[in-house]
Amino acid sequence: MNKKLLIPLGIFVVLCAFLLVGLWRDPREVPSPLIGKPAPAFTLAQLHEPAKTLGPADLKGQVWLLNVWASWCVSCREEHPLLVELGKSKVVPIVGLNYKDESVAGKRWLAQFGDPYNVSVVDRDGRVGIDWGVYGVPETFVVDKAGTIRYKQIGPITAEALEKKILPLVRELQKS
Amino acid sequence: MKRLAMLLLLAVIASSPLATLAADAVPTEKDSIAAARAVKLSEKLRCLVCQNQTIADSNAELAQDLRRQIHEQIAAGRSDDEIVAYMVARYGDFVLYQPPVKPTTALLWAGPGLLVVFGFIALARILRARRARDAAPPLTAEERERAERLLGSNNGKDSP
Repeated sequence: MNKKLLIPLGIFVVLCAFLLVGLWRDPREVPSPLIGKPAPAFTLAQLHEPAKTLGPADLKGQVWLLNVWASWCVSCREEHPLLVELGKSKVVPIVGLNYKDESVAGKRWLAQFGDPYNVSVVDRDGRVGIDWGVYGVPETFVVDKAGTIRYKQIGPITAEALEKKILPLVRELQKS
Repeated sequence: MKRLAMLLLLAVIASSPLATLAADAVPTEKDSIAAARAVKLSEKLRCLVCQNQTIADSNAELAQDLRRQIHEQIAAGRSDDEIVAYMVARYGDFVLYQPPVKPTTALLWAGPGLLVVFGFIALARILRARRARDAAPPLTAEERERAERLLGSNNGKDSP
C-alpha cells in the first residue's frame, strides 16, 4: 500500500478523535472565568426579612454554597430534593440567590417544596446574577473560607455531582 | 383673516405640552451615537442562553439584561473596551464572537492559513510528480534500434 495514503488517514483519525470527544461535552457548560477569583461582592435584602441584608463579606471564614434559584425555573425543582437533604445534613451553609423572581412567588415556592437555605437573598433585576456570570438557572457556586469561588455547577445539581465533586471539595476546603 | 387664525393655531400647538413631548422623542445626536455603539457592541457579544445568537439578536431575558448593562455603562461613560472586558470577566472569552488571539486560540486563528499553505505544498508536489512521470525518459540506443525495427516491419501496412 502507498505510504502516502496513510497521511490523510492519520489526519482523519485525529479529527475523528477530536469530534468524538466533542460529542460527550455539553456545549451549555461554559467554563466560568470566575473560578479561583474572589466572589463578587453584593449586599442584598433577605427574602424572608427584607429589612436585613446579606453579602459574601458576612460569610468570610466559612465554606458556603451559593445556589441560584427562582420559582419560575423548572430545573430548580429537579435539584431541589437534593438541596433539601443537604440543608438538613447541615454540612455546609447554603445561601439562595432568588434570581429575577417575585418575592411572594419565591416564598410560596419554598413553602411548597421545602427551604434548604440558611438565607435567601433577593436579586430582583438580575444584576448580581450578571456579576456572578449566571446565565442558566439553577447554578451553584462553592466559595471557600477566604471568599474565593472554587467550583461552579451549571444546571441542576445531580446526585453524582454532589457526591463526587461538591461534597468532597467542601470537606477538603473545610479542613484547610 | 384665515391666515392669521392659522398662525395663531400653529403658535398654540407649538407651545403646547404635546409639542415638547414630540421634541423629547426626537433623539439627540449624542443619543443616536450611544445607541449605535450599544448595537455594535451587542452584535459582538454572544448570548449564553441561545448560544448561536448575539445579544443584539436574542430576546432571552439574559440578553435583555446584558443589553441594559451595555446601555447603562455607555451612559456612565465607559469605553467599548471596558464594556467588553466587563463581559469577559463574567462570562469568559466565549461571549466574544470573535475570539481573542492568545496561545490557546493560536491554532484556531492560524489553522485556515496553515491549511492553505499545506494545500499548496501538496499541490506543488503532486504536480511535480505528475510532470516527472509524464515526461517520457529518453530512449537508450538499444531501445531506439528495437523501436525502429518494430516500426520498420510495420512499414507500408495498416496496423489494425
